[in-house]
Amino acid sequence: MPALIQLSNLAKVYQSGDSEFAALHDVNLDIERGDFVAITGSSGSGKSTLMNILGCLDSPTRGSYLLSDRDVAKQSRIELAKVRNEFIGFVFQNFNLLSRTTAAENVELPLIYARVPPAERHRRAKEALERVGLGHRAGHTPSQLSGGQQQRVAIARALVTRPPLILADEPTGNLDSATSVEIMKLLTELQQSGMTIVFVTHEPDIAAYAARKLLLKDGAVISDLRQKPSLKEAS
Amino acid sequence: MISIGETLRLASRALRRNKLRSFLTTLGIIIGVGAVIFIQSIGEGAKSRVRAQIESAGTNIVMLFSGASQGPGGRGGAGSQPTITWEDLRAIQTELPSVLAVAPQINSNQPVISETNTWNTQITGTTPDYFVIRNWPVSSGALFTASDQASAAKTAVIGQTAAENLFGPGVDPLGQIVRIRDAPFTIVGVLERKGQNAMGMDQDDGLYIPLSTFQTRMQRGLGKFVPGRISISAVSPEAIGRVRQEVGQLLRERHRLGPDDEDDFSTSSMAEMTSMLTSTQETMTLLLSAIALVSLIVGGIGVMNIMLVSVTERTREIGIRMAVGAQPTDIMMQFLVEALVLSAIGGALGVIFGVGLGKVIAPKFGWIMETKTQIVFISLAVSAGVGIVFGLYPARKASQLDPIDALRYE
Repeated sequence: MPALIQLSNLAKVYQSGDSEFAALHDVNLDIERGDFVAITGSSGSGKSTLMNILGCLDSPTRGSYLLSDRDVAKQSRIELAKVRNEFIGFVFQNFNLLSRTTAAENVELPLIYARVPPAERHRRAKEALERVGLGHRAGHTPSQLSGGQQQRVAIARALVTRPPLILADEPTGNLDSATSVEIMKLLTELQQSGMTIVFVTHEPDIAAYAARKLLLKDGAVISDLRQKPSLKEAS
Repeated sequence: MISIGETLRLASRALRRNKLRSFLTTLGIIIGVGAVIFIQSIGEGAKSRVRAQIESAGTNIVMLFSGASQGPGGRGGAGSQPTITWEDLRAIQTELPSVLAVAPQINSNQPVISETNTWNTQITGTTPDYFVIRNWPVSSGALFTASDQASAAKTAVIGQTAAENLFGPGVDPLGQIVRIRDAPFTIVGVLERKGQNAMGMDQDDGLYIPLSTFQTRMQRGLGKFVPGRISISAVSPEAIGRVRQEVGQLLRERHRLGPDDEDDFSTSSMAEMTSMLTSTQETMTLLLSAIALVSLIVGGIGVMNIMLVSVTERTREIGIRMAVGAQPTDIMMQFLVEALVLSAIGGALGVIFGVGLGKVIAPKFGWIMETKTQIVFISLAVSAGVGIVFGLYPARKASQLDPIDALRYE
């Protein structure tokens, strides 16, 4: 089975006036299904740009990106929206939950855009919240939840569509170390249940949870380290 | 695109979140629609009042005048040159089945002297059919008769206002003698009260005498020609057009007019009069409605303004929605439906406000309110249209946001 993510000669160039700035150049990268990948690097290394492209929020300037064998490098906005809805779950540093909206409704959001009927939506949202250990907090709004709980709601939202890929951008960046450990344990559980997880971090102890650690510098992958066997190798 | 029900639910939720703001935004629409409804209702009421007044003069009436209404060389106005004979009149009466009755009438303002008072009033010389045409019975006594007409008898039928002014209130005018140009007339009947006509003239201030008497006493007769205007009543309102056409044909034949000759008579119908008088009212209503419509547009700009604020405020929400898979159309519809709901609710409240305002104000000024369902629906449609037109730009703006920028927006 081919890799879930296949990047070849991927480049992203920003143009401002006459000068060009390459945020990424010639990235070649495969990420297997079920892998747990940390992307690290200093700020300005291109890791955010890479995450945006992986998440189909942005398109590369050159090169190809195959996600689940589908070429998503040159898709329209509408197609990209469909891909995000179907194949990707996002977890953000600042949680990005809708305020004044209950946890359950936040989790349901992707299902609305997947045209899932309401009854089915409620059921799946409840299921996802239970999976992250927040079944009893379904009716709470983000302001009534702690940071860690909010991030759990966000993770529930990311997995409610059962996407093959979960992308987390500094998922523990706004959390204390104890809560960070909880969140990383939760992500590890999800990976062990078969999901592919790619996350960005600049903290070495958080990156240590990953099976594979990538180091970016000046828009290129300069180190690719397998820390633990991937699911495929383990089995 | 997600379902309309889902979009509606999203929109009503967003609006409920900012109740005061939503209400203040719709206020512009409420006032605009309210004003349109109010003005239209008052205008419609005034129009039907005019119509009722004109109809009080008698429906189905066609007026026939001697002479052309227009012509070369500044020929005198209608009725200035007698061309219609008594024979013509009889022919109209007997030969045309769509004609119910025919009555000539001629007026003159004269002082009328009773034992106690002198009163200047309008004397009308006519035939008994006149009261049939105008559907005007007596409240006491009787009308003068065909034989009075034939013998030029000095009998008179009096209107209520004239009677009160000549004899004083509470005095029975029947049998009283009044003098007009030194000739004594006996009051044989008192007409029912009819009120003002469309021009605001008191129709009850008048005295009616046989046309033959009028001609001998007031104005020398011209023998074979019929003086004054002639009222013709059609058998039904639908027959009015036919009556005008048939009368025209008959008179042209009788006057032996060639195909190139102009008519030496003219006709006009009450319908024409009605449309002439109501057209002024309509112009006025139209003008005021246009002003009210401007306020509706101002209300629409208010909606656009608040939607733009809302899009900016909710940039991050838009980013989140896009990240989890909302398509540009989904975002656009969300905001468009929000604007639409906002202005449609404003429109509905505006209808209530307009009708309520009319109910409070109209009685104080003696106005009549007549709210047409048609206007209500048009107003609702226009306010919904305003919502769509003014919601389109903010909604488009929202849908074209870049998800990455939107997510980063603080």
